[in-house]
Amino acid sequence: MTSRLTRSVAKEDIMRLPVMTAGLLALAAPAMAQDQPVLRVLTYDSFVTDWGPGPQIEEAFEATCGCDLQLVGAGDGAALLARAKLEGERSEADVILGLDTNLTADAAETGLFAPHGIDPSGLDLPIAWDDPLFVPYDWGYFAFVHDTALEDVPGSLAELAESDVSVIIQDPRTSTPGLGLLMWAEAVFGAESEAWWQAMADNILTVTKGWSEAYGLFLDGEADMVLSYTTSPAYHLISEDDPTKAAAAFSEGHYLQVEVAGKLAASDQPELADDFLEFMLSDAFQSIIPTTNWMYPAKVPEEGLPEGFDTLIEPEDALLYPAEEADEAREDALAKWLAALAR
Amino acid sequence: MAGRIGPVARVAGGAAAVLVAALTLGTLVAVAMRAEDAPQLGPADFAAIRFTMLQATLSALFSVALAIPVARALARRSFPGRGLLVTLLGAPFILPVIVAVLGLLAVFGRNGLISQGLMLLGFEPVHIYGLHGVVLAHVFFNLPLATRLILQGWLAIPAERFRLAASLGLSPRDVARTLEWPMLRAVLPGAALVIFLICTTSFAVALALGGGPRGTTVELAIYQAFRFEFDLGSAALLSLIQFAICATAALAVWWVDLPAGFGGGLGRVTERWAISGPGLRALDALAIGLAALFLLTPLAMIVAEGIPRLADLPASVISATGRSFAVALSAAVLTIVLALSLATLALGTRGWKTGAVEALAVLSIAVSPLVIGTGLFLVIYPFADPISLALPITALVNALMSLPFAYRALAPALAEAETVHGRLADSLGMRGWARLKHLILPRLMRPLGFAAGLAAALSMGDLGVIALFANPEQATLPMEMYGLMASFRMEQASSAALLLLVCSMGLFWVFDRGGRVRAAT
Repeated sequence: MTSRLTRSVAKEDIMRLPVMTAGLLALAAPAMAQDQPVLRVLTYDSFVTDWGPGPQIEEAFEATCGCDLQLVGAGDGAALLARAKLEGERSEADVILGLDTNLTADAAETGLFAPHGIDPSGLDLPIAWDDPLFVPYDWGYFAFVHDTALEDVPGSLAELAESDVSVIIQDPRTSTPGLGLLMWAEAVFGAESEAWWQAMADNILTVTKGWSEAYGLFLDGEADMVLSYTTSPAYHLISEDDPTKAAAAFSEGHYLQVEVAGKLAASDQPELADDFLEFMLSDAFQSIIPTTNWMYPAKVPEEGLPEGFDTLIEPEDALLYPAEEADEAREDALAKWLAALAR
Repeated sequence: MAGRIGPVARVAGGAAAVLVAALTLGTLVAVAMRAEDAPQLGPADFAAIRFTMLQATLSALFSVALAIPVARALARRSFPGRGLLVTLLGAPFILPVIVAVLGLLAVFGRNGLISQGLMLLGFEPVHIYGLHGVVLAHVFFNLPLATRLILQGWLAIPAERFRLAASLGLSPRDVARTLEWPMLRAVLPGAALVIFLICTTSFAVALALGGGPRGTTVELAIYQAFRFEFDLGSAALLSLIQFAICATAALAVWWVDLPAGFGGGLGRVTERWAISGPGLRALDALAIGLAALFLLTPLAMIVAEGIPRLADLPASVISATGRSFAVALSAAVLTIVLALSLATLALGTRGWKTGAVEALAVLSIAVSPLVIGTGLFLVIYPFADPISLALPITALVNALMSLPFAYRALAPALAEAETVHGRLADSLGMRGWARLKHLILPRLMRPLGFAAGLAAALSMGDLGVIALFANPEQATLPMEMYGLMASFRMEQASSAALLLLVCSMGLFWVFDRGGRVRAAT
């Protein structure tokens, strides 16, 4: 997910030439790959950028699959589910990559996803995994990221709402981090969450549709903090040698995100889709994730985590609703969020 | 008259009437049926209704209030470039909304001219997101419209009255009280209501500048229910509310008797007396100068920031431009066919039927594009994939939105051609295609060019129903440009904006010019 970092950072040098070339290649592709089966994976925008995991993963998978892997960006994570529902069984996509456990129950209810049949043992997740429809590929903790120059960094959600620190968050209807914060507040404050959101209203500078917009605004200096991940500072440290970004540790604990992919039942390439989900847990895929998506790999590859990840804060308490409870809590929490922020 | 229209024209007219009725009233029925099983309105929906009314009211009041001094200055001063300025006041009508928004960001945004100036002086930068940003953008679009409407009122005051006032030795204040205020009282409510109506259907402005749940219009809430949550019931319910708001505002506009819109006669300056004092002169210069600065700076910023990277726009922008041209040209053709068919039908019918056809032609003013889009989606979804039809649907809805203006341009010209030459053509037995080709079209070149240009330009710059239906792979140029803006790739967005601006204005110019040239020969 956090490859979105790189996207915003690199927005200054847009790399027009590669984009142009990619566009031309895309035009030429159907002719070249006519006899190859096509696997279409619908994912969030930042996954498919030049600096995200997309290009490396495409190359690695195509080296073995004898197919044409097309990664299609379609907004932020939560918008993917809305699009899947909207397209229904007519969707041309085979795999949806980029939902998280707050959405999997709702996604399962649509009946659009097929079982993956993969043995989930040997995963390195902080939770046990037994979802028959969705395969996890990475995980991380949500956190508010700030510049180390910020004074009086809040130490909890409650302190944040009381402070006059400005923050940028994402819309929980379109973005999985935005939805994550919604669940985080529910897990910490329960019935009092609406009051917390009301207290937060004057801290929230703006609500963006996706993660990359929010992070871009933050890097432009628009706000003191941005809703992101505990792993986000690793990008600045490893890729830019910049130690000035930090994630604030909150005493109430941090909400956990497990990002997943699932196979669409209406896929016309079910075997290829299975292969892809299988490939997702291989070292080839998992070793690309930490330094392109800037998240913890779901199955730590042989070489371990990259240097720099050891500097990240590790929350003492991980918060997470089981998928069904998250789904049940979501609608109510969303209504409270809208009511508090619409004033 | 009725005898003159042939069976083909009658069928074409009937088909056009049925299509327009299906698209406006039919989609509304589909929406109403679906809204029955919608969940109840939540606080956020009420907030969206409140915000829609509030921003539309403020936008109308500010636009009209600011337009008064500008219109007064234009009415009583003549200066080089005045004609050009009055013409430019008509330009925002075909200016793509999202382009203007980007221009406004370049001036009033956090990294904009004003913020940078403030920061140089040690002040905090200004923020544009939220209610004030939405109102600012609406004033940008509607100040020119309000100015034109009020200017018309001013110029309608007979010059003799000003002369009489001068001979009676009335001060400017007395003139304002006895001549100008009564005129304003008659003109302002209509102008304000029209702007209110336009602003109630605001989508792109709120999408780009609303800044979250606090700044959500009903039109935007429809889009969110659709694309964010795929909650068709809520989308339908919100569509009904949107229709109620629009229809009420449209009826109010009808009722207050709007001053005629884009009439001519704005070219002259009423000769005036007792207004040559340096104070009044400075005041007028200030009003005109500030208005011109407010309207032209954002556009100048688009041009200035867009040019450097114009040559190397990403391939996605280029292909989006191709799609936009296809949509715009289809919409233009469709608009003309619909408008001509309906106008011919209106000529061939009498009594209430004529009135019904005319009402149908302007009905889409009271229906918002997203309401039609929602209805179309509900109708199509069980049978076909609405997403794959995104571009044709966009062209269709765009055509419908331009229809009222095209109809108003074409119908009088058609009636005149028939009145003047119709009998001769009848006596020659000219009917059907021959009559259209040899009698009608040559005489309609000017309004045809204007209407086609208007429809093509509006469609080219439209960011509305396309956002509801299309996926990023099918993006039109405005949608692609908004995508670049939303991911803060501002330099590329500026270049795309400049391209869009040139395409929209260029389409209008080519058609309009083409019509004039053909009409002249």
